[in-house]
Amino acid sequence: MKRPDVLIALAIFAALAAAPFIGFGQGYSLTLLARAMIFGMAAISLSLLVGGGGLVSLGHAAMLGVGAYAVVVLDHARITEAWMVVPVGIGAAALFALVTGAIAIRTSGVHFIMITLAFGQMAFFTTSSLALYGGDDGYTLYNRLEVFGSRALERGIVFHFTCLGLLIAVWALVRALLHSRFGRVLQAARDNETRARAVGFEPYPYRLAAYVIAGAIGGLSGVLLANAAEFVAPAYLAWQRSGDLLFMVILGGLSGPHGALMGALAFVLIEEWLAKLTEHWRLIFGPLLIFCVFFMRGGIAGLLRRG
Amino acid sequence: MADLLLELRNLRKRFGGLTVTDDVSLDLKRGEIHALIGPNGAGKTTLIHQISGTLAPDSGQILFAGTDVTHLRMAKRARMGLARSFQITSIIPSFTARENAALAVQARHGSSFRFFRPANSEAALNEEAMAALTEVGLERRAETPAAALSHGEKRQLELAIALAMQPRVLLLDEPLAGTGAEEAERLMRILGGLRARYAILLIEHDMPAVFALADRISVLAQGRVIAHGTPEVIRADPAVRDAYLGEDEVA
Ligand SMILES: Nc1ncnc2c1ncn2[C@@H]1O[C@H](COP(=O)(O)OP(=O)(O)OP(=O)(O)O)[C@@H](O)[C@H]1O
Ligand SMILES: [Mg+2]
Repeated sequence: MKRPDVLIALAIFAALAAAPFIGFGQGYSLTLLARAMIFGMAAISLSLLVGGGGLVSLGHAAMLGVGAYAVVVLDHARITEAWMVVPVGIGAAALFALVTGAIAIRTSGVHFIMITLAFGQMAFFTTSSLALYGGDDGYTLYNRLEVFGSRALERGIVFHFTCLGLLIAVWALVRALLHSRFGRVLQAARDNETRARAVGFEPYPYRLAAYVIAGAIGGLSGVLLANAAEFVAPAYLAWQRSGDLLFMVILGGLSGPHGALMGALAFVLIEEWLAKLTEHWRLIFGPLLIFCVFFMRGGIAGLLRRG
Repeated sequence: MADLLLELRNLRKRFGGLTVTDDVSLDLKRGEIHALIGPNGAGKTTLIHQISGTLAPDSGQILFAGTDVTHLRMAKRARMGLARSFQITSIIPSFTARENAALAVQARHGSSFRFFRPANSEAALNEEAMAALTEVGLERRAETPAAALSHGEKRQLELAIALAMQPRVLLLDEPLAGTGAEEAERLMRILGGLRARYAILLIEHDMPAVFALADRISVLAQGRVIAHGTPEVIRADPAVRDAYLGEDEVA
């Protein structure tokens, strides 16, 4: 098989589709799976930057945050129709990515990490100060989005398959991008910027476009996350969350969107499992993550390739 | 003059107290190989950096086909038809040899803001990439990741990438460096064959190759052009002997 990454992704999608029917159909499991899939989308979008472009962003949670707060703002204005809210959430995050990316992408390496972190913190403190939307305490949504006036998303199983459908779409999109002309330039500039310039490509516009696309997908994840939890708080934008996302990407391996997908699922599920095992789960989780970074070069995707 | 493709006018560049380009003026015509020789540290690579746009000169002018490109960015100059190879091989290690060449083809083949179609399935890109690889004799290694190529093959790829740009001017920085005798001979044959289509500025330490290939030679020492002329003139120039050529090479 020439495309093992596709097989892996399809196997994961099949498992996620079957999950509700093989014992994971209760509300609790569905919520957990939805959360895992949503972080899957966010991690895939971040992997476009980190893996595809070599752009290590430590501010990606802000993209989710902008999407989530778009839901809040519209909810407060009594707009809860998905066909309105989703495009606004995506658009707002894309715009935020465009404005911050236009500046951040002028830098590279450690400076890029720091400036994305700074923009993320800016967004974090901004949401904390939004008294109208609950400030630090956050904002509770009493209902999920409506789709053409229907409240079908309230049903866990419908929400599950909505997230799965979007996850597949996001995976396919990012995979296509990486194999396109655009992706080729992006990766060339990641590997050898001077070479990219020497054949005629100025990396900046390609990187900025990737940043905006990743931001847009992050915004979509944020909209979904708000609806999964029916609650939004500034904690969504905390830099720790950006770190988690970065971790998922690295844990999965930088070889493509299927890696980020595996990283996100593993991260969310292991975190949940450990939390149930012991209340000191963080003491185990931290070292576990460090272990993975040290001993699993190429991440989970790398393990599968060798195994 | 339509045949004058590249013209340097009074180029100067200093690195702190060190003058690396000292009032250099030279030109390059269509259909010629103009060799630039000089001892290590003479400023040859620095000059190529300024022509290609990696470095900005402190003063002076660079004209490409009559257009002042002194202040244009490297990518822009490349798209205009000014291609360079690097003394230290500069390729995309994670791409195959073909993908490396196809990247260069892609740069002059419509927009690269295309997001969905797999680039690897674009026949037009692949054909031209393969043509460039074939020209340097690398076609059998087309699907090998560039990182896995031998040193000599990487030098061939470096040249193939420049050819895939279909430039008007080729700036070649020691294309033979580090290649075996057989590879060097092959590359020399290729360079000789390219003369008709491109104007080539060739930096090379391999003196037999330079004297065999070059139509004109400029000698650089400590940033200055100390001699200029046909291979015969250069061979006979006493200043050149002193500054650069070993006796055995001149003999
Ligand atoms: N970025 C830089 N900063 C300071 N000095 C530099 C820099 N780049 C090159 N130099 C110096 O400028 C001089 C010219 O270097 P250059 O690489 O152009 O020489 P060259 O003629 O290509 O030599 P070689 O034949 O060894 O390739 C050298 O003395 C070098 O040490
Ligand atoms: Mg040099």
